[in-house]
Amino acid sequence: MITTRRVATVVPWAAGLAALLAWEAVVRLRGIPAYILPAPSLVVTTLWSNLDSLLASWLYTIKITFGALFLALAGGVALAAAFALSRTLELALYPFAIALQVTPIVAIAPLILIYVDSTTAALLICAFIVAFFPVLSNTLIGLRSADPNLQDLLTLYGATRWQRLRWLLAPSALPYLIAGLKISGGLALIGAVVAEFTAGAAGRETGLASRILEASFRTQIPKMYAALTLVALTGIVIYWASNALSRLLLGRWHPVERDRL
Amino acid sequence: MSAKIELAEVDKRFANGVEALQSISIAIAAGQFVSLLGPSGSGKSTVLRLIAGLEAPTGGRVRIDGAPADQRTQAMSYVFQEATLMPWASVLDNVALPLRIQGSARRTARQTAERALAALGLADRANAFPGELSGGMKMRTSIARALVTRPAVLLLDEPFAALDEITRQRLNDELLTLWSEQAPTAVFVTHSVFEAVYLSQRVLVMGGQPGRLIADLSVELAYPRAPAMRLQPSFMQHCQRVTEALERGQACAQANRP
Repeated sequence: MITTRRVATVVPWAAGLAALLAWEAVVRLRGIPAYILPAPSLVVTTLWSNLDSLLASWLYTIKITFGALFLALAGGVALAAAFALSRTLELALYPFAIALQVTPIVAIAPLILIYVDSTTAALLICAFIVAFFPVLSNTLIGLRSADPNLQDLLTLYGATRWQRLRWLLAPSALPYLIAGLKISGGLALIGAVVAEFTAGAAGRETGLASRILEASFRTQIPKMYAALTLVALTGIVIYWASNALSRLLLGRWHPVERDRL
Repeated sequence: MSAKIELAEVDKRFANGVEALQSISIAIAAGQFVSLLGPSGSGKSTVLRLIAGLEAPTGGRVRIDGAPADQRTQAMSYVFQEATLMPWASVLDNVALPLRIQGSARRTARQTAERALAALGLADRANAFPGELSGGMKMRTSIARALVTRPAVLLLDEPFAALDEITRQRLNDELLTLWSEQAPTAVFVTHSVFEAVYLSQRVLVMGGQPGRLIADLSVELAYPRAPAMRLQPSFMQHCQRVTEALERGQACAQANRP
């Protein structure tokens, strides 16, 4: 299939715009009340009139999301490297990692909120737990997937452990790490929002989830949509950013990026 | 620079119980070009890996210039059937890798690598990535990487098996030129009778499972060798002898099968 770069840029935007216009048209033509389905234009004006409170909450959610993502990245990579070096360590700790991964975060969050004084710290921990497993598991597979012939070659030339890590294992693991990061980015946002729903926190230090809850209690449907829009926007930006990072790091050599449009 | 290779009564049994080699004794003089020829599963690659010190023998001894293979001091290089390049590094950095491992600074390693690439006609592809090269160019890069350290022993495991006939012939000639310049001891594993005779001074025919040495045939054809030589009767006679030995090996492998 022949698709030019321009088509690839225009089509998603055009489709998004068309969907918004259709939404607007349906709401207006059918006269659907705003407390059931607000039109996109109303969502935008609501966003604008509540900008101060929404912006502060948005920044808070962004802080939790990226903080958790950073922790997941650092923790996941460090743990994967440790596992790659020591099979015993992997056997001992991997079950814990899996247990944390498979237990729903909404079930753990209340406990963490009890144990940890600072709500911010508790939310960070929750989002981290959701986000770190894909990084750990992908990086570990990546570290183990180095070409066995290249492994032999490095042995033949007497490479040290550090040289092997730097020149073979780390670059081999990079595409896997980035694939993990793409998953974790979305999960960190989900973790941040879900944990905040569970926390049900009120006050200054709160994120978009609290705004959505508030608006829902007061049946301010347009405001719910406005906050939701910001959550979705954050997710899309994370997706874009991880794709850009992937292109930057793998651009020229990895088939995933090299054969792109 | 070159080194002498000795395998004395070498047995190799893998951890999974497969017996790969049985009582193999081979002595290869310094600077010699030797081919290992035999059907799949006759242990050719295992011999190479034992010489490289990538595997340890379960019986017997492998010595490089008198020292055990895993304690050798001489530079050794290995060319695999696949080019085995790092896809994330440029052609130049791939070739510079062995020098970097040995502790050369990035700049000096790259300069030496540039000369090695030029010797294989790849000077203008130094900044390309492996994914951008043809199969023949990848293999050239792999050979440049093997020769950049000026090894005393050069091990080649069916390096040209996946290439087309014309590229293969051209690389055979280039390999011989580079071998005569650097004069390492070369051990070349192949399936091809013609390739074995064309390249080497000696053809070791292997057969059976576990692998044994069937024949040790010397090739009395003068260097430099040229493609035209393939049409001469003496070349054909050598090929005939090697083919007969190969068939003998297959016959005795079949006779031994339970």
